[in-house]
This record gives sequence, structure tokens and C-alpha cells, in this order.
Amino acid sequence: MSEIDATISPGQVILEMKGITKAFPGIVANSDVDFDLKKGEIHCLLGENGAGKSTLMKILYGLYKQDKGEVFYKGEPLVVNGPADTLRQGIGMVHQHFMLIKPLTVAENLVLGNEPTKYGFLIDKKKAKAELMEISTTFGLAIEPDAKIMDISVGMQQRVEILKALHRGAEVLILDEPTAVLTPQETKELFVIMRKLVHDGKSIIFISHKLKEVMEISDRVTVINHGRIIGSVKTSETSPSQLANMMVGREVELIVHKEPAKPGKEKFRAEGLVAENDRGLPALRGIDLSVRAGEILGVCGVDGNGQTELVQCITGMRRLSAGKVTLNGKDITNMPPKRCFEAGIVHVPEDRQKHGLVLDFTVAENMILQTYNKKPFSRGITLRWDEIKSYARRIISEFDVRTPDEDTKAGSLSGGNQQKAILARELSRTPELIVVAQPTRGLDVGAIEYIHKRLVSERDSGRAVLLVSLELDEIMSLSDRIAVIYEGRIMGTMDIEDATEETLGLMMAGSMPASHKGVM
Amino acid sequence: MERKKDNSAIKELIVPVTAVFIGLVLGGILMTLTGVNAIEGYKALIMGCFGRLEYVSETIVYTTPLIFTGLAIALGFRCGLFNIGCEGQYIVGLIGAAVVGAMDLGLPTFIHLPLTMLSGMACGAIWASVPGLLKAKFGIHEVVNSIMMNYIALYLSHYLVNGPIKDPGITSPYSREILDTAKLWRFFGQNSPIRVNSGIIIAIAAALFVYYLLFKTTIGYQIRAVGFNPEAARYGGISVPTNIVAAMFISGALAGLAGAVQIMGIQFKFLDIFAFQGYGLDGIAVALVGKSHPLGVLPSALLFGILQRGSQTMQMLAGVPKETIGIMQGVIIIIVAAEGIIKGWLPIRKILGTDKKAAGKEVGRA
Amino acid sequence: MKRAFTLIITAALLLAVMAIPSFSKEYKIAIVFDIGGLGDKSFNDSAYLGLQRVAKELGAKTKYAESRTPSDYEPNLAAFAKEGYDMVWGIGFLMADAIEKVSAQYPNTKFGIIDNSWDDAWYKAHPNVMSVMYKENEGSFLMGVLAAMTTKSKVIGFIGGMEFPVIWRFEAGFKAGVEAVDKSIKLLRNYAGSFNDPAAGKAIAVSMIRQKADVIYHASGGTGIGMFEAANETKNVWVIGVDSDQFDLSPKWTLSSMIKRVDNGVFMGTKNLIDGKFKAGVTNLGLKEAGVGMAATTSKNTAAGAIAKANAWASMIIAGQKSVPDGMNEADRISTK
Repeated sequence: MSEIDATISPGQVILEMKGITKAFPGIVANSDVDFDLKKGEIHCLLGENGAGKSTLMKILYGLYKQDKGEVFYKGEPLVVNGPADTLRQGIGMVHQHFMLIKPLTVAENLVLGNEPTKYGFLIDKKKAKAELMEISTTFGLAIEPDAKIMDISVGMQQRVEILKALHRGAEVLILDEPTAVLTPQETKELFVIMRKLVHDGKSIIFISHKLKEVMEISDRVTVINHGRIIGSVKTSETSPSQLANMMVGREVELIVHKEPAKPGKEKFRAEGLVAENDRGLPALRGIDLSVRAGEILGVCGVDGNGQTELVQCITGMRRLSAGKVTLNGKDITNMPPKRCFEAGIVHVPEDRQKHGLVLDFTVAENMILQTYNKKPFSRGITLRWDEIKSYARRIISEFDVRTPDEDTKAGSLSGGNQQKAILARELSRTPELIVVAQPTRGLDVGAIEYIHKRLVSERDSGRAVLLVSLELDEIMSLSDRIAVIYEGRIMGTMDIEDATEETLGLMMAGSMPASHKGVM
Repeated sequence: MERKKDNSAIKELIVPVTAVFIGLVLGGILMTLTGVNAIEGYKALIMGCFGRLEYVSETIVYTTPLIFTGLAIALGFRCGLFNIGCEGQYIVGLIGAAVVGAMDLGLPTFIHLPLTMLSGMACGAIWASVPGLLKAKFGIHEVVNSIMMNYIALYLSHYLVNGPIKDPGITSPYSREILDTAKLWRFFGQNSPIRVNSGIIIAIAAALFVYYLLFKTTIGYQIRAVGFNPEAARYGGISVPTNIVAAMFISGALAGLAGAVQIMGIQFKFLDIFAFQGYGLDGIAVALVGKSHPLGVLPSALLFGILQRGSQTMQMLAGVPKETIGIMQGVIIIIVAAEGIIKGWLPIRKILGTDKKAAGKEVGRA
Repeated sequence: MKRAFTLIITAALLLAVMAIPSFSKEYKIAIVFDIGGLGDKSFNDSAYLGLQRVAKELGAKTKYAESRTPSDYEPNLAAFAKEGYDMVWGIGFLMADAIEKVSAQYPNTKFGIIDNSWDDAWYKAHPNVMSVMYKENEGSFLMGVLAAMTTKSKVIGFIGGMEFPVIWRFEAGFKAGVEAVDKSIKLLRNYAGSFNDPAAGKAIAVSMIRQKADVIYHASGGTGIGMFEAANETKNVWVIGVDSDQFDLSPKWTLSSMIKRVDNGVFMGTKNLIDGKFKAGVTNLGLKEAGVGMAATTSKNTAAGAIAKANAWASMIIAGQKSVPDGMNEADRISTK
């Protein structure tokens, strides 16, 4: 491979995909897609979930076979037989979900599948370690070789994945949504590494749907939507709003316009919440929160720090072992979901397919999930379908849920429309407190825009909103106050004016920034 | 709109009809291989099921309990439950009806007859509630418990019919004959060998009732919500445990009703059994081919009624081993179930409790 | 010329063959099994053997039907009657109710039933029904004698299927046979509660072996297969089979089998009909009528002395000098105390 390598100099095309078409039953995932990568650049492939990014990369990586089109690598047609072969030829991929063996050490993981052996069968651990040290100094990726994977941070695990690919001689690195699992600080460190790698002559395909990161790190951006390439631009010559328009196909307002909050009296209060997770381990270790009428309280944190359990405890889906929850001064601690929403809580759950909707039910059936036994939807035990359907039609149009009709199965709606359907149902129930968890996860920019506007308008009409999200940008643009959750505790609560990404990032990682000591 | 629905109904039929066709061809091959003239065999099947009024009557008699157990299983499926205990619920239904039907309380028909029927239903419902409660309270999978309940029912019935409820007048292990006031109306006379009776009307009414219950009432709404997605149901304030018990209760009542109608229209007394009758298991097949839809259960039950009555007449008239039909039935079930698993209307993992995601979490706060 | 001759001969032969049925009526005989069905290597298979003999030796056309549920008894019996069969057999006492009903509906068809009887008045009302009853107590008596002559530990076991009067006959006859040899022998008794649960049969047999039993007799259908397994595995117990010769299940440890000739019952009853000697009522088949007896394989594992002793008792029973209790009296059954 190295003899050809010499012929490609920085700035020249190292990898080219031409006219790639791939169809699955019922859907064309890629349609006549052209994509190229120059040596030494970071090229971002930008698109919504389901736009066709992953399919394209899986074709490149040898996991799928394209129906039409060709791939050229270093000027030669690339023929691969599966991922291992692709890696051998110099293309490595770091998946969203790491492929690491947790009880093994970093060095052992590095050589996995390509182990240096002693006497022909024993793994030569010394040599593995030496190889790791060599490669980590070459690329300046510091790492502890004897640490076990399960003991190191997510950012470090990602670093091991990158080293693994480099160790096999990867020239081209595909990073699939690498920042999804990282804290802001870890993301910064990753970007430093990426810059170093391209400086050393590697080429990187960076897959993302986050405009801010794309603007920060990439040299070029190619936007893909509905399986087609919308366009390719130099990052220096574009703007986030142009990219957003390309992604969605229309003008999108990226910034949430909102007036300063006019908070009223306290609506909701949680004191000393303690609860366990599904595995019986402590998830909440004493959470205190309060939300006032007419404000949005954002709860941010790295995934798995108790957000899920917090929302479930407030909405009656999980039992508290200690603590007190009050709504309008009324104690609703450990009440079942039915009593919670009767008290005035509405809940947009984080997992819309698992909790929010019965996917096999029609849209109309889903619209009465909490109210099926209330007037006018039923009389006695008899459901009144005409009432149900006309109600469903009304709120569907009010919330702009795109569905052929109210008899369509909820499962066949797109993610954004499923989420809108849930919002339609929940917000139509005259809430006192709106609990929303990950309201825009996996949605396209257009749907995000709608949902954000809607939440702000609910706030403006005097509702209390508790927003839990993993997206720091979302928290910062919507919230009036922000609480940071870390390992089941609230690290601190601050007004939006006092919050910076750096402070929040540090608190999300568990350290209290000096300036905020004593905020609580 | 209407036309769209008509089309989809025809589409729904494609797989079952193809499955039956493949089953028939395979059965023909099997017969030929075992040295039977396949055409003679199928002639015996058709003639044996429809050739004489008596045979048509028997085909309906065969179909009737299958409608009930098919409905029972289908209703369970709709709630994500696998009520494999229909077998036992059927047996206690037989006992319940046989005991009350034989009681001489001086009651007129319009009281004694529904009372007898209710007794069978109640026995089946109570029998099914036990695994229902165990599932709801402790999360123990209903399949294990209902199978155990089946054995308890079988041996209990054996004990009862050889002791407490045995007809002292005869040596054989039979219960006393039920009174005329508890007998269903046989269309061709109460002592006629043509045994078709008003049980079939009750069965069709039951199918309509289950349809109404599932799709037109709040109870059915809850049951289906829990069946499709217990997590979302819980989120919506629908009690998962309550609905599991309710669905098992209704399912058991239907299976018990199968037994009651069998006593009141056909047997008139409980005859000792050494082994399971198979109505419960056949009910699974009926529900599958009927796609767990109460109105789909009707033609599906008729199909299996024909196949099973036919397996007897084929053996009698053409010497076809009854296992041949068993294999055909198996083929049909496998094809239809495979479609269900692929298309997703048969959430087999959820029903069998092998779905790691759903298991364990279904039962939480009551 | 030669060819024409051959043709004529062939034609004549064909005519002759075809003509035979027109001289004597072809009888159609059917049997209906209860829910036990074929393949039990015992009771039902024995009945089927009888039907095959009917076809072969009496030239009758035969058919059979297995029943899936008790509700099938009536239509299966009725279907054969409807199809013009001359005699329809119900195999097993479970079919009594169905025979009673169907025989009234089809008075021109003859019905036979194994193992169930009614009183004389009943047969007057049902003149087209005959019953075949077996004196299992007599056959079991001989098994008791063999067991008592063989045991060293002086402990003998009896495994029953389910508690019915029929099985009590086996039990009481067996007990009487054992006690006729040695009153001091301890008898164990256990009912499996099923006729098709070999696992239960095995568990009972093993527990009896632990209680020092060295001979076990079973009257439990398929459940008894477990007893033979126990014998093959523990290798320290003699076992006695039932209904048909079960020697093959344990060639090393089978003492004998109490043969119940259901085939003889079906054959004799049918032959009577064809011979014009059909008579409503009960036919009892005991040792004397060769309805029950010792299996031919008995001599393979059993001491000649024991067989001689059993034969001596058999002649006394046949001669009417010894009567064997039928178990309807509880005192004649094995005490559980």
C-alpha cells in the first residue's frame, strides 16, 4: 500500500464514491450519490437522521454492497470483502457504539484480531504494549496501556478505537457521530486530536448532524438529504443557517426567539428525591428542584446521571424511596401516573416509541391514551369513535402532525411527527407542569424548530416547563434557568445569564467550577 | 376508503389461503407416500364433513368449542398473554356445567340453563385468574403456571368423576346426566343423533361480543394498549397488572364456556378423561390463523373443525392415518405464524416472555 | 389359438373370483378406540390385532377409528352404523355411554363393548349390544403366585394406573395369589393417577425397590413402561407386565405378563355374529375361556417350580374349585396401612 501512498500528496483526492445507489425494500437510501475525500482534510457528511449518511458509510466500509456506482481509493477501484478487508486496505471506522472488550486492557484491545504472538500461540503482552506506546507517541494520543476498558472514560475509549484503526495502518478514518457520547470538554479534546491527525497526513470523514461542530472542525461539508447529495461547500464559505437550509430544504430559524421569562409563583417542587434505577442501584441521591409558572427549567447532564429516573419519579412511573414532590402545593409523592396527570402534569417522555406512543395503535387511538375513559370519548364502557376521531383530527391539524389520516398507525409516522403527535396529546390537556425529556432527539431541524417554538409559547402562556435534555445547545437556547445533574445530584442551578458552556461542561463532568462554588 | 378496506381484507386472506393450499398438497403427497389414494382421502374428508346432514352437524359440533378456545387465546394475545391454560379452563368448565346442570333445584329452563352456563364460565375464569394474578403480582410467566393449572384440572376432574360427582347408578366414571332444563336446544330433537345445537349460535354471539369488547369499549382499549406496549400503557395511566388479570379472567371464561356448551349440548355429562382434549392447543392454531381477530376466529375455527372432523372420517372411510391431518395442520400453522412473526402482528418474543426489553419491567407499580 | 385359450381361462378365473362374494355376504366390522388410541403396545393394540384376525380369518371388511375426545365416541360409532357396518366395537369402558345412546339410534346394527357390562334388564332394552368382560383377577392371581414364589425379600409391589373397579380386579386377584402362597409377604400398593406417565411409573417403582420390594406387578398402561425402565437400571427387581406380553421391555428382568386377550374377545364376538350366534348380554372371559393367562415367555426367567405351582392353581380355578375375589370389596384390596 505504501508505494501508491507516495503518489498522493496532500490536497489530492484519496477516496472517491461515484454514483452510489442503494435501495432497501420500500426505500431508496442512497440515490446517485457522489462523495470525495482529499488527503489531509476533514470532510463532514452532514444530514438528518435517516438522510442516508450511515448507509453511504456502510457501503464504503464494506458492510453493504451498493446496487450501482463505484468507489475509488487512491485512484484504483476499491473492492472489499467485508470490514476487515477494508481496514487492511487503509480505511478505518470508529462506530458510535464502541467495539471494545471491556474486561481487557487498552493494549490488549489494541492488538485484538492482530495479536503479536510468542511461541506461535501466546499473546506477547510486552510487544502489544510496546506497539501501543509507539503509536500513541507518534500521534500524540496519550493513554494508559494497562488500564482496563471498563475503568476508563468514554472519551478515552473513543481514543482507543481511533488508535486501533491507526494501528492497522488506517489512512482514512470514518468517525460516525463521535461527539454524541462526549462532554463538551471531551469533544474539544477530540477535535484537537482530529486536527493533529490530518496534520500528520490522515484524512477524516466526520459524520454529524450538529451544525456548530461541523462549522468548528471541518474543511468541507457535504449535505445529504433523502438519500441525495444537496451540495458540497467549503466550511469557510458557508454559515450555519445556509447549512440548515440545505439540510431541511427551506428557511429555518436556528435561534429560538424568546422574551425574557416573567416567572410567577412556584408551581412545582421536588425535595430530596432518592430512587434506584432498574438494576436496583442508586440513581437519584437527593435531588432538589423547583419550577415556577412561566419559566423553563433546563436539566442538563451527561447521559446516565439520573435524568431518566428523575423524570420517571416526577411523573409517577418510578417509586421514590425518599423525598417529596409537590405540585401547586399538593403532595403528589409516589402517586401512580394516572393521579399525576390528573393533578396537572403532562409528560413528553424521552423514549417516544417505548413510552410515548402505542405504535400499533392508530393516531386517533393514541390521542386518547390518558383520556379514553373520560367524556366525551366514552360513555359507560363504550368508546365513542366519532368523538375520538373528530378530536384527533382537530389536534392533528392544530399541531401540524403530518399523517394521511387519523386511522394511520402511529408507528408509520416519521419520528418528528410521532413527537408532534405526543406534544399534541400532552399539551392539549391543560397542563400545570410540562415535563419534557429529550424532546428533539433524532428529529430534523424543521421539527426541532417547531417544538422549540411551541415550548416557548407554552412558557409564555404561564405554564411551568421542566426540560431535560442531553443537548447542551437545546438547554442553553430554551432554558430560563439551568440545573446540572451529575451522579444523581444537582451540582448547581443558575440563571441562563450566568451559564456558559465551559461552566456547564465542568459541572456535567462532576467538578465544581471555582466561580460557582456555593451557588447551591 | 371503503374500497381500501376491502382490498386489505383480501390481502389478509392471501397467506392463510395459500397455507391451506400448501397443506393440502403436502397432505396429498404424504397420503400417496403411505399408500393411500389421495383423491379418495380428500373425498373422504369432504364427504365425511358434508356428505350427510349428520356429518355437517358433526362438523359444526367440532367447530363450536374451537371458536370459544380460539377466542380465548386471541383475547390473550391481544393483551400480550399466552393463555396456554385454555385446556385446563375447558376441563373445569366441563365440570362446572356438569355439576350445576345435574342439580335438581326445581328451576325453570330460563334460570337453570344460564346458571349452568355461568357456572362453567366462572370455573374457567377463576382457573385462569390464578396464573393471571401470579403474573400481575409477581411477574411469573403465565405459560408455566397455566400449564401447571392444566394438570391440576385434569387430575382434579379425574378425582371428582370417580368420587364426589360420580353417577352412583353406573360403574363407569361418569357424572350424572344434566337435567333437561340445562340442555341446549338440539335443532333436530333432543335425542336425535344429529347433535348440532344452539351452542354454535352462542359461539358466534361470543365472537361478536369479543369483537365489541376489544374494539368498541374502554376495557378493550386498555387490554390492547397493554398488549401492544405495556410501558406506554403504564405511562398513560392504564394499570398493567389489572388488565393482565382482567384479560386472563375473560379468556378463561371463554374457555370455560367452551366446556359448558360441550356438556350442555353434546355430552350431557362429564365423561372421565385420561389426557388433555386438545381444544386448548387447537385454540392457539385457530387464533393464529384467525390473526387474533375475533371475526377471523370464526372461519379459522371452521377450517380446523373440518380438518379435525375430517381426520376422523378420513381414517374411518379411507384408512388415512389421522397423523396426516396433524401434519397438514402443523404446516398451515407454521406458515401463518411465520407471516405473523415477520409482519409483526404476532409478537412472539413478547408473548413468550423472551423479549428482554419488555420482561421484568412490565410489572412495576400497580 | 393358444392366446384365445389363455384369455378364456383368465376370464373364467376372474369371474369365479368376482362371484365369491355373491355367494356369501361380506361382513363389515369396525372398531372405535377410546381416547387412548393405537400404539399403546397393550390394550388397544390387542383389540386391533383381533380386528386384523377378523379380516384375515373371517374375510370381513374392517375399519377402525381413533377418538380424540369423549365427544367423538358417539359420532364415530354412529358413522360406522350409518355406513352400514354389521358390528361396531367400542374398545374400553369409557365408551359405555356412547354405546348406550348409539345402539338405541341404530337398532339394526350390532354393537360390542369391552370391559363394560350392564344388568340383564338393560340388555332386554338393548338387544343389539354384547359386552366382553375379562376376569383379570384370575390372571392376576397367577401373577401373584409367581411373584410370591420368586421373592426373597418377602416384599412385593403393585402399581395401578388410576383407581377404577377394573384395576381393583387386578389388585385383588394379585393379592389373593400372593397370599395363597405366603401370607407373611408384605404388599406395597401405589396408584400413579395416570395411564400414560412413565416417569411416575418409574418413580413409584424405584421407591418400592427402596422399600425392599424385589417383585413388582403393574396394571397401569403406558405408566408401567417406567417400571420396566427402573428394572433395567437398578437390576435388582423382577417385574411383571400386563395386558399383552411385555417381555421385550426388559428381557432380563421380566418374570411374566398377565395377558388379557382383547383380540380374542373381539374375534369371538364377531365370529358369533357371523355364525349367526349373536346374543345380547355379557360374555365373561377368564382362564377357562383363554381370555386371560400367563405369557408364553414366562419360562424364560421364571423357575419351573413357580410356573408349575401357578399352573396347579390355574387348573383349580378353571375347575371352579377356587374363586378369586374381584376387588369390589375393599378388604380384598391391598391394605395401605
